[in-house]
Amino acid sequence: MAIGRPDIPDRALRRQWLLDRIFQGATQVSAGLVLVILLGIIVSLFIGGWQALNLFGVGFLTSDEWNPVTDQFGALVPIYGTLVSSLIALLIAVPIGFGIALFLTEVAPHWMRRPIGTAIELLAAIPSIIYGMWGLFVFAPLLSRYVQPWLQDTFGNTAIIGALFQGAPLGIGMLPAGIILGIMIIPFITAIMRDVFMTTPKFLKESAYGVGATHWEMVWNVVLPYTRIGAVGGIFLGLGRALGETMAVTFIIGNTHRLSVSLFEPGNSIASTLANEFTEAVGEIHTSSLIALGLVLFMITSVVLALAKLLLMSLERRDAVKH
Amino acid sequence: MPSSTDRKAMDWRYFRRRAVNIVNLSGSVFATLFGLIWLFWILWTTFSAGIAAFDMSLFQQDTPAPGSEGGLANAIIGSLIMVGLATVIGTPIGILAGTYLAEYGKKTRVAGFIRFINDILLSAPSIIIGLFVYEIVVLQVGHFSALAGALALAVIMLPVIIRTTEEMLRLVPNPLREAALALGAPRWKMISLVAYRAAMSGILTGILLSVARIAGETAPLLFTALNNQFWSTDLTQPMANLPVVIFQFAMSPYESWHALAWAGSLLITLSVLALSILARVFLRKARMEH
Repeated sequence: MAIGRPDIPDRALRRQWLLDRIFQGATQVSAGLVLVILLGIIVSLFIGGWQALNLFGVGFLTSDEWNPVTDQFGALVPIYGTLVSSLIALLIAVPIGFGIALFLTEVAPHWMRRPIGTAIELLAAIPSIIYGMWGLFVFAPLLSRYVQPWLQDTFGNTAIIGALFQGAPLGIGMLPAGIILGIMIIPFITAIMRDVFMTTPKFLKESAYGVGATHWEMVWNVVLPYTRIGAVGGIFLGLGRALGETMAVTFIIGNTHRLSVSLFEPGNSIASTLANEFTEAVGEIHTSSLIALGLVLFMITSVVLALAKLLLMSLERRDAVKH
Repeated sequence: MPSSTDRKAMDWRYFRRRAVNIVNLSGSVFATLFGLIWLFWILWTTFSAGIAAFDMSLFQQDTPAPGSEGGLANAIIGSLIMVGLATVIGTPIGILAGTYLAEYGKKTRVAGFIRFINDILLSAPSIIIGLFVYEIVVLQVGHFSALAGALALAVIMLPVIIRTTEEMLRLVPNPLREAALALGAPRWKMISLVAYRAAMSGILTGILLSVARIAGETAPLLFTALNNQFWSTDLTQPMANLPVVIFQFAMSPYESWHALAWAGSLLITLSVLALSILARVFLRKARMEH
């Protein structure tokens, strides 16, 4: 029945009601698609990788043999390469990202903050294939000529860490891949740290200055403790990005299935193995192993990214309660 | 009155605190310079090497066989077709899903869950998306195709659009919505004629950012669109595209291919930078409107 005005026919109202239902339904279906995609990724990778997982069992994760000729596949080398290169990336990007965030929130004059912030963000806009080409043609030769020999001379004979710097300085390998990954994730870590630093209430900062703290003491004892969870969330987000980064790593990691302690030796990451071998894989087991590898990567990155998100959410919730 | 040793100790502590402060703050300046150097270095390399290899035959000839002359015409058109198609597929779905989160789901558990999953997909490795589309499309159809490539790109842009659309719709003040509803407008009209219009530049930002994101994506295309040495606009067949051509040419031992790869990199970098900057302009406009 028409409400209020009798001259509006039922049909018009019903039509609007129907359109409302259709519109809402369309938005719901679209939003549901997000879940479908996530489930679809897991299920399709699981089906594709089932043959390999079934054949090799847990050994798939612990074997370092990757041999298309004998059809023996183990994921240890690419998993190791993924983790180590990402770790190197974090060693670079965390202090730098923190420094830039500190600069953008506390040190830089106001007129400088926006343009420099934008420039750092553009670092994330450069496609990873450009990083890869630049890494291979420009960065790797410099690294092998100047940086790696120096590292070898300085640390090569040191106990324990000396083993990290053995082998020919090729300019490609685990260390160069880690450095490039580090540069690539700087903008992600910077952006999150800057945003969470800015949530520190002014009165807290001013209290610190009021009792005579220096800029640095204020940051270290007030801003950082206040936003610690968020900063860690930002680091995890950067880690998630580094783990799954493909093209830049493929250019420069060396693509060799060999386990080596030395960071100068070529290695392989999960993503670079996929990029290199997938379209050329012959034989079902090889393809299936590669898809299983993809599943492993997706699981690792999803856990890391979920942790990042949970950390950032808990910070948001705390702030929402306080303000 | 403090003794002179006390004062000396205090002076020393004061000096130390000041020194730590100065050292660490200058550290932040160096960190920023460190970050900026890479940006300018990479851009400089891309521009100088790209311009050196730049001429009109890039747009007129197809990708060459090793050692012979050629351009990137088929790859450029292929990239345009696939990015365009991905935008056509991804934009409406992304905007609708973002609308659900901002206008219907809001603070419900379901919406929170979808938001969470969306954020994971947003940072998920793009190569995994490529594998996914390979499994559900390429494997079923039996061959690589431009359509599969566009689909993979659409899946990658979706989370970006969903997120920005939601954020921008949430900036629209509620009194606007209430005014429309009070006039008797049904909800779909309120959203499409009032909320969308108010959030227009913000939503456009999201679309631009997502196009910038996929314009240089290589990994997901490797397993879906693959590559094609020849001119092809057939959506059901493998199609050349800039990123994969750059990858293939850069990894090759041929100088002439390297030059083309740099020229292609320049094209991609220029378009991505232009899109990112344009997006920022719209974003500032969006923020200013509210």
